[in-house]
Amino acid sequence: MSEMQDYQSSLSDVSSRKFETFSYLPAMNDDQVKQQVEYIVSKGWNPAIEHTEPENSFSHYWYMWKLPMFGETDVDRILAEADACHKTHPNNHVRLVGYDNFAQSQGASMVIYRGIPT
Amino acid sequence: MADKTYSAGVKEYRETYWTPEYSPKESDILACFKIIPQSGVPREEAAAAVAAESSTGTWTTVWTDLLTDMDHYKGRAYAIEDVPGSDESFYAFIAYPIDLFEEGSVVNVFTSLVGNVFGFKAVRALRLEDVRFPLAYVMTCNGPPHGIQVERDKMNKYGRPMLGCTIKPKLGLSAKNYGRATYECLRGGLDFTKDDENVNSQPFMRWRDRFLFVQEATEKAEAETGERKGHYLNVTAPTPEEMYKRAEFAKEIGAPIIMHDYLTGGFCANTGLAQWCRDNGMLLHIHRAMHAVLDRNPNHGIHFRVLTKALRLSGGDHLHSGTVVGKLEGDRDATLGWIDLMRDSYVKEDRSRGIMFDQDWGSMPGVMPVASGGIHVWHMPALVSIFGDDSVLQFGGGTLGHPWGNAAGAAANRVAVEVCVEARNEGRDLEKEGKEILTKGAKSSPELKMAMETWKEIKFEFDTVDKLDVAHK
Repeated sequence: MSEMQDYQSSLSDVSSRKFETFSYLPAMNDDQVKQQVEYIVSKGWNPAIEHTEPENSFSHYWYMWKLPMFGETDVDRILAEADACHKTHPNNHVRLVGYDNFAQSQGASMVIYRGIPT
Repeated sequence: MADKTYSAGVKEYRETYWTPEYSPKESDILACFKIIPQSGVPREEAAAAVAAESSTGTWTTVWTDLLTDMDHYKGRAYAIEDVPGSDESFYAFIAYPIDLFEEGSVVNVFTSLVGNVFGFKAVRALRLEDVRFPLAYVMTCNGPPHGIQVERDKMNKYGRPMLGCTIKPKLGLSAKNYGRATYECLRGGLDFTKDDENVNSQPFMRWRDRFLFVQEATEKAEAETGERKGHYLNVTAPTPEEMYKRAEFAKEIGAPIIMHDYLTGGFCANTGLAQWCRDNGMLLHIHRAMHAVLDRNPNHGIHFRVLTKALRLSGGDHLHSGTVVGKLEGDRDATLGWIDLMRDSYVKEDRSRGIMFDQDWGSMPGVMPVASGGIHVWHMPALVSIFGDDSVLQFGGGTLGHPWGNAAGAAANRVAVEVCVEARNEGRDLEKEGKEILTKGAKSSPELKMAMETWKEIKFEFDTVDKLDVAHK
């Protein structure tokens, strides 16, 4: 452990690109994703699914998957929509957003299916 | 009307300024002072003297008093209370009519409230504990240029605290080496880096060179990581003209955020700069050098919760709040109180946190509290628990001191904050399970594992000097 390590990151290596919250952790498994959905529901936020090609992820605006699921509290239905988005766009990042309409902001935003960078 | 006649001489203050029957108006500015009077001076007289000297009064009667309606303009001491745990001091509550103050001027309010009165002989010590700004006055102030939500949207940071780092050594680096240190932090996963407060434009590193190198570092780190980044470019300067010149240049080169020291720079400069930032789409980070001179002595000065309110009115998107857990002073409950005063739209009176009045901020944006000073990865679970998502956690030595360098130090902090947020969202207790949570994060991050080994035994356990006033001291 005490041997000094080089920090692996470069412009030429597309795997250096991150995608904000939780992108420095290993990809979440199904159970971990489910717990994050439960957190969003428990906060009373409106879940939404968005996706993008990894090379365009810096943009503020990703593609919306349908509309935000206003008032949806069924965790399995939310997960099913995320899964449907992923199956339709298997190479894209798919992110789960929790819209907080009182703060007029996103209370949570995290990539739950990692795309294939090119 | 013409029922008063002029009689020269010295009257006791309490004849005019002690009005226990008065019930404050919603539009009054209310202040709570902690007073230690000179021996032999009754509480009512000392309270009335403070009310007089911080509003319309002077030491003797003057004939021109009769040319105006003093009852409309005078400040009034309307209540006194014991201070828990102290025999010599007491709280005096004073109401000032809103007409006494220029609209939108933090400068004017503080020139009255903490002006001559603090050197006044009849009091031995005086501390401004809290001020209630009526909504009618709040609405005349510009406030934070953007506020918490707009900053999150501009920077694309959601659902977690943001991470920063002050570049060290604080003085002496060349601009190009300084840019290097910045680049390494940002590519490793921090959201922000920061100029130290005393980095202005010294001979070893002039401001323009620093701005250009740092901006290149920021842009390259953004391209490399695919995330939005910023460096607080300190525009604190000897003159307002010079300050605006630096701010304009920061905007010209595309920097997202600048910084200012609101106490040494002054309320006048700060309020003007905050307005400029609103007009020019720049985030504004506020440092608080000199605050401890004003706020640390529990018997004399200005409490930090009052300085917090002054900054929110004057304008800033970030403000240093203390860390509770790091190397710098800060009682936990009192800190939680002024963090609420930064962020919330309505804060209720809460004596257990030293908050003496309800404070309604209306629609004024919130300020992001910044926790900075002597913190490292082991503090992360407590920091996420205390501060929540709407905060900036700044690790200076805790990033730059990593054995493998700044990028590794940054990555360690980023992994630590993310693993803590993930665990919190799962319903786990961060302060109890902190060690297990961090250890789990370190399994996939050699950088975090190394950081945890490096800082294992470092703690800061001195007693707080400025404690809340409680009975059992």
